[in-house]
Amino acid sequence: MDLLIPIIFTLIGASTPILIAALGELVVEKSGVLNLGVEGMMLIGAVVAFAVTYTSGNPWLAIGCAALAAAASSMIFAFLTLTLSASQVATGLALTIFGTGFSALFGQGYTGRPIDIFRSVFPAELASHPIWRLIFGHSPLVYFSLILVFAVWFFLNKTRAGLILRAVGENDFSAHSIGYSVIGVRYAAVAFGGAMAGIAGSCFPLLLTPQWAEKLTAGRGWIALALVVFAAWRPFRLLAGAYLFGLVMTIELYTKASGSMGLLPSEFWAALPYLATIIVLVLISLRRSGHSAAPACLGKPFMPGQ
Amino acid sequence: MMQIRLEKRLEPSKTMLYLSPIGAVLVTALVGALVFSLIGYDGVGAVREIFLTPLLNPLKWQDLAVKSAPLIIIAVGLAIGYRANVWNIGAEGQYVLGGLAATGVALLTRDMSGAWILPLMIVAGMAGGMAWAAVPAFLRTRLQVNEILTSLMLTYVAIQLLNYLVIGPWKDPMGFGFPQTRMFTGDQMLPRVVPGTIVHLGVPIAIIVALGAWFFMSRSVFGYQIKVVGAAPSAARYGGFSVNRTIWLALLTGGALAGLAGVLEAAGPFGRMVPSFPTNYGFTAIIVAFLGRLHPIGIIFAGLAMAVAVVGGEVAQTTIKLPVAAVGIFQAMMLFFLLASDVLVRYRLRLGARAEVEIAR
Repeated sequence: MDLLIPIIFTLIGASTPILIAALGELVVEKSGVLNLGVEGMMLIGAVVAFAVTYTSGNPWLAIGCAALAAAASSMIFAFLTLTLSASQVATGLALTIFGTGFSALFGQGYTGRPIDIFRSVFPAELASHPIWRLIFGHSPLVYFSLILVFAVWFFLNKTRAGLILRAVGENDFSAHSIGYSVIGVRYAAVAFGGAMAGIAGSCFPLLLTPQWAEKLTAGRGWIALALVVFAAWRPFRLLAGAYLFGLVMTIELYTKASGSMGLLPSEFWAALPYLATIIVLVLISLRRSGHSAAPACLGKPFMPGQ
Repeated sequence: MMQIRLEKRLEPSKTMLYLSPIGAVLVTALVGALVFSLIGYDGVGAVREIFLTPLLNPLKWQDLAVKSAPLIIIAVGLAIGYRANVWNIGAEGQYVLGGLAATGVALLTRDMSGAWILPLMIVAGMAGGMAWAAVPAFLRTRLQVNEILTSLMLTYVAIQLLNYLVIGPWKDPMGFGFPQTRMFTGDQMLPRVVPGTIVHLGVPIAIIVALGAWFFMSRSVFGYQIKVVGAAPSAARYGGFSVNRTIWLALLTGGALAGLAGVLEAAGPFGRMVPSFPTNYGFTAIIVAFLGRLHPIGIIFAGLAMAVAVVGGEVAQTTIKLPVAAVGIFQAMMLFFLLASDVLVRYRLRLGARAEVEIAR
């Protein structure tokens, strides 16, 4: 029990950025677009959130700026792939390389300067008991991620706009012929995905490591992409998947803290999240019977009249 | 209202196809200078250091040759895959595995001598890269698992494996506690081909690899098969080409070449295994492949152009304190502009008021 609650706490923290980024990408993919730039947009969000927190001390402002900056970078991707119909794979990769370079350049002045973690919004007395702490002791980013799961589910399944978005992703030509703007919907989805990746990136300085380091996100954006496949494009399954990965990463953190796990070297535990991603992708495909759950138009450019 | 309209060309414009990479590099330099100035750097200075210093200073030419070699070799392998729509983006991991496999041979043969050692290291390195690429190939062909994610995840695993080996079992006992393997011996290192410079055997090997791939892609049945599978998978099936065999071929070739680049770096500039062995070549080569138009000869030029940015980035790191990763901004911008200009390869831009366009129809 003494160990369990801190473990659950670390797990929730480690899962939060992956969950937020994956929810954003889920909406993007539901509209039929594959944006491989999540890792790069997260890094842009991370460095912007760090810089704004360091200069203003206001974490809310930092999250907002991170979302805006990453959404702006996603518009480069949207313009190239949606307007100019460039390859989504190549453009997404370029966006990741761009974000990596941008964050390294922008962040170099902040190396070695600490900022404050974004703490709970609830009064400290509420979180004094361990069990209450599990409910009231989290960063606002954690509550945001949980609300977002429900919001994305509700939007996709219960609203008209969500229906249109899914229609665009499943059959772009039909959606176009009944008068919906395929490109417009996809622009909006990519912008939303970018904003969420930015907020996910802001979790790194504001929730996990209040120190700047190059490549702070360490491939979590790619794991978010894999999680969308794992979750078969369903928000609540995404929540389960993200917490599963959070658990794997928590094991890594605890083994690092305790020096060694005795049985296996620490590098094994550091590689485990990535190995687990591959294993999970394999399990999904083994269980998948017949057809894939992916949106039918995923990754295909839309060119009306060609 | 003025409108930009895209009109599909009947045939892609050859002129634009060759001009757009050059244009992309030039526009990158211009916009790069602007962006760097906007965020408070000496933008013109940064662009001069990154794009011109390596070209104007003859002492840097040997660096260009040495840095372009691994980029060309990896990019040629990736381009073969991309032609077939096989998206191997884990070349960095395959490169690390190539270096590790070669180091394994070097450690086993440390008390031996002979001209057979280096070829054995090369074979082992290529096998190592292939083994790492075989995992995504197996998963894609057998289980339809997307190779983009698996090949990339394996890169992170490869880097942890490298860390484990150089800190653990392969650590040099005489290395004063540094996490590194022992230095390779003379028979385990690449010979220099130009006396008095750092230009090693890897440079001619890179040229041979590119020329060989050109021959392979344009003359062999496999090369034809790869192009057909990439352009029209259903036609390929109809024509009796196995898509799965093409995926295997593309990934194993890419893995072998990335592994080869790893051997050439380990037995060349590095001379041992160190934690800093992952040098981002695997990712940079993705851009080189596109910039070279997925064509082996184009890749030679693109590799040289990218080597300018890599060497220039190192110069800028010392002269104007630019973090080395910032060069990624330039690399990504080159790819952005190239992809954007590709629209001119496939389409004709038409400017004009909407009404006129309607009449013209």
